[in-house]
Amino acid sequence: MVAIVDYGVGNLFSVRSSFQAVGAEAVVTSDKAVIEAADRILLPGVGAFSDAAKKLAESGLGSIVKQEAGKGKPLMGICLGMQLLFERSFEYGCFEGLGLLQGDVIPMLGYIDEGLKVPHIGWNGLQFVKKHPLFRYCKEGDHVYFVHSYFASRCQEDVVAVTEYGKELTAAVAKGNVMGCQFHPEKSGDVGLNILRAFCEL
Amino acid sequence: MITKRIIPCLDIKDGKVVKGVQFEGLREVASPVELAKFYSSCGADELVFYDITASAEGRALFTDILREAARQVFIPLTVGGGIRGVADFERVLSCGADKVSVNSGAIANPTIIGEAAKKYGNQCVVISADIKRVNGAFHVFAKGGREDTGMDAIEWIVRCVGDGAGEVVVNSMDTDGVKKGFDLELLEKVCKAVDVPVIASGGAGRAQDFVDLFEKIPTIDAGLAASVFHFGEIEINALKELLKERGIPVRL
Repeated sequence: MVAIVDYGVGNLFSVRSSFQAVGAEAVVTSDKAVIEAADRILLPGVGAFSDAAKKLAESGLGSIVKQEAGKGKPLMGICLGMQLLFERSFEYGCFEGLGLLQGDVIPMLGYIDEGLKVPHIGWNGLQFVKKHPLFRYCKEGDHVYFVHSYFASRCQEDVVAVTEYGKELTAAVAKGNVMGCQFHPEKSGDVGLNILRAFCEL
Repeated sequence: MITKRIIPCLDIKDGKVVKGVQFEGLREVASPVELAKFYSSCGADELVFYDITASAEGRALFTDILREAARQVFIPLTVGGGIRGVADFERVLSCGADKVSVNSGAIANPTIIGEAAKKYGNQCVVISADIKRVNGAFHVFAKGGREDTGMDAIEWIVRCVGDGAGEVVVNSMDTDGVKKGFDLELLEKVCKAVDVPVIASGGAGRAQDFVDLFEKIPTIDAGLAASVFHFGEIEINALKELLKERGIPVRL
């Protein structure tokens, strides 16, 4: 069973539906016991980093997620959920994340080429920098759906895939049982569903 | 490289897809959920569900349809129509919408954009504007194109983006339903004025109109249409093949 952590942000309906589409049992939950009983954990998220980090901390769900990840349980963050896995974010200030991955989340503005639009919204290609079982059903250049204005940096060692938007941006990361996608697999058609399928097979 | 998006729009009334030709003479097309699945399988990059129901029953039916579509279709869904306040954002987002498009609701109450952007993020808030030439100027129209607000379209869009809209849908009432191509003059003005993604709507009659759109305005992000897709006059897969042949990046 996949526990989709409900801490008050994000399109959880679609995330749950996409797991159901690949035949996985998934529950949207804010219950500590359910997260502890789950085989794997999905950390969703849209919106602002500081709000989400605050909600994770106040609800105590952040510590549960860390505790379960520490036991080796597969954990995947999606979009803002991936960004929250890092040490800190510089979105409207400087805020601490869960610190499960080393690196910072920084603004695209000032990094990508001038003239490119922010947010980076739309379908962009994946370029793999290393092999990872999460992408066992994917091939180089597969398109996935991105919606973001910030990206993970200083995380070179854990980068699995990048996408090209003027410069290379972190698209997917993994370190042991902790992984994350900047894009939305639940909104990336068959390519995305296959990533979720692979996650359920880890 | 980011790809250009092709977006079918489904106008939904009383649970059925309709298409207004220049906003009048509505006629029925098909089941929204079936049509959404069909478009997703044909390579549509995103879908817009536009609720043109006025009644409370129709609204409830719309959210049921939205929920069912989100259960079966795994590409982004934007919802518009009848969005008057943050509560309406919540209503459609909880049923599986990814983005919410505001039109007349923002004209009546411009603070809705800032409030929604703060709560759900800029990426979630789409400003959709119905625009028509009036005495040589571009005016924003409200209430499904029935009411001239007198506001300058570019100023209005710039203001909405400044307030937090993360994407703009430009619907030209002058080219809508005419099928002679997108309103390139208007679209170019909007693209120069804002730095968020811009979606062109109104005027597509054949595949070449999309080629012209993306070739003549390289900064446009997406092309939206309804009837030409619903009636099979343009087939999305074939359209994307054509765009690719012409060197325009698309997802195939």
